[in-house]
Amino acid sequence: MAYVITAACVADYSCVEICPVDCISPGPDETGFEEAEQMYIDPRRCIDCAACVEACPVLAIFEDDCLPATMRHYAEINREYFGERSA
Amino acid sequence: MTPDRILRIAVIGTGPAGMYATEHLIEDRNLNVEVDLFERLPTPWGLIRGGVAPDHPEKKLIVERLFDYFFKHGCVRYFGNVEVGVHVQPRELARWYDAVIYAVGASDDVRLGIPGEGLPGSVSAREFVAWYNGDPDFSHLDVDLSHPRAVVVGNGNVALDVARILTAPVADLEKTDITDHALRALKASAVKEVVILGRRGISQAAYHNPELEEIGHLDGVTVVVEGDDASPPNVDWATRRKLETLRELSAQSTRAAERRIVFRFLCSPVEMLGEHKVEQLRVVQNTLEPVSNGTLQARPTGKRLFIDTGLVMRSIGYRGTPIPGLPFDDALGVVRHIEGRICDDQGAVLGNYVTGWIKRGPRGIIGTNKKCARDTLRCLIEDLQAGRLTPAELRSTEVLQEIKARQPEAVLRPGWLRLDHAERTAGRAQGRPRVKFTEREEQLTLAAEG
Repeated sequence: MAYVITAACVADYSCVEICPVDCISPGPDETGFEEAEQMYIDPRRCIDCAACVEACPVLAIFEDDCLPATMRHYAEINREYFGERSA
Repeated sequence: MTPDRILRIAVIGTGPAGMYATEHLIEDRNLNVEVDLFERLPTPWGLIRGGVAPDHPEKKLIVERLFDYFFKHGCVRYFGNVEVGVHVQPRELARWYDAVIYAVGASDDVRLGIPGEGLPGSVSAREFVAWYNGDPDFSHLDVDLSHPRAVVVGNGNVALDVARILTAPVADLEKTDITDHALRALKASAVKEVVILGRRGISQAAYHNPELEEIGHLDGVTVVVEGDDASPPNVDWATRRKLETLRELSAQSTRAAERRIVFRFLCSPVEMLGEHKVEQLRVVQNTLEPVSNGTLQARPTGKRLFIDTGLVMRSIGYRGTPIPGLPFDDALGVVRHIEGRICDDQGAVLGNYVTGWIKRGPRGIIGTNKKCARDTLRCLIEDLQAGRLTPAELRSTEVLQEIKARQPEAVLRPGWLRLDHAERTAGRAQGRPRVKFTEREEQLTLAAEG
């Protein structure tokens, strides 16, 4: 289980600031922030605390088994961003 | 730092750049601030209200979930319908406040620079967006949707927004806060095809993945890809995803659809032709050529073709316009600055700052402006600590008197709240988030007391 950032993300990075385990990228001081289409959550490090859900100003973050139908593939997209390929 | 000194700051512009600057000022516990927000329109929120597509209501949530909190904060005032350069000059603001932050965005766009561009039927996507989103200055734009084909030049996210609005089922748009005049025009629209031109190849497309995916969610719209089907081996992850999405979209395009969106790559406009209005767009096919910085540049071949159309929209970038009295970099279309401190030939114009698109050019998405504002405010705070800010000459009540004297029709916070309420109430009756009032006079009447 993990939380997933979906297409509505505007790269506001309130989620990055509030995440207690620092599992959301790219933050404002990481390379790639200026060009980022969105932020991503590392599912291997996410502890399911849901702090990011309420911090997100556009409600773009969902639990992976509660993703809206058109956003299901974002679980994979979040995972892929961190270089992990699931089979 | 002197925490008991009240810092009086003017923020010019209430889009994401201005509101993120306000957020950082209010949230800094070492500062004791009073912020006055100046806005050229009676209505706040800049491109959140005037740019974000009406079918993207989730992006507009940022107003009620974030910006509204700072807008309504006790240390913040709103001066809407007040234009810097018209009602008040930058040199005056510099005296009235401890510091001034310009967050005015990019209010112009890049021209194609081809013959025929001045013909009726040639407009900018920026104007079209302002028209369907209710900027009172563009309510009367003449948008001719009588030809079955429209062409959008450029393939960034704005181009995709425009293509989506032109092809989306009107029944879907009727649930949004798109303007009523746009809704009427789109109901009567003859447009069946939108061609999106990209000068470079399929791997260099400027749109983002989420916006491309959305094209696939449009009922009755099929996607066609022309001009480039190369699948280059060494593309980055985001580009590879875009290639896959586009491939999926065009593979679905078998059913007979009411409307189509054509992505045409490697193609540049050369001339708009027509007697009294645009009837044809002449384009040239390009090839890609590596240049010294490692990127690929479009180079025209001799191959030309003609596209019949009645509407050509340029969407090749926004551009900042000069603010009277402030140094401007004409090549970049931004106010001259170093790390957000406005600078002229003599150095920093102390106490004057920029943030957002007027600082870094029209790049990035909504949240990109948060970091941009943070960085600018670091300079401001450094200047404050070093004693480089001249204290404000006017008290806040004196500024209010000046504003009211210079612009009797200034819209203050209660005025906007009345107008906002009127729009939401009108929307509720129709099952829409709001119905926008798009005439300035009408907006001012609704904002006025009573």
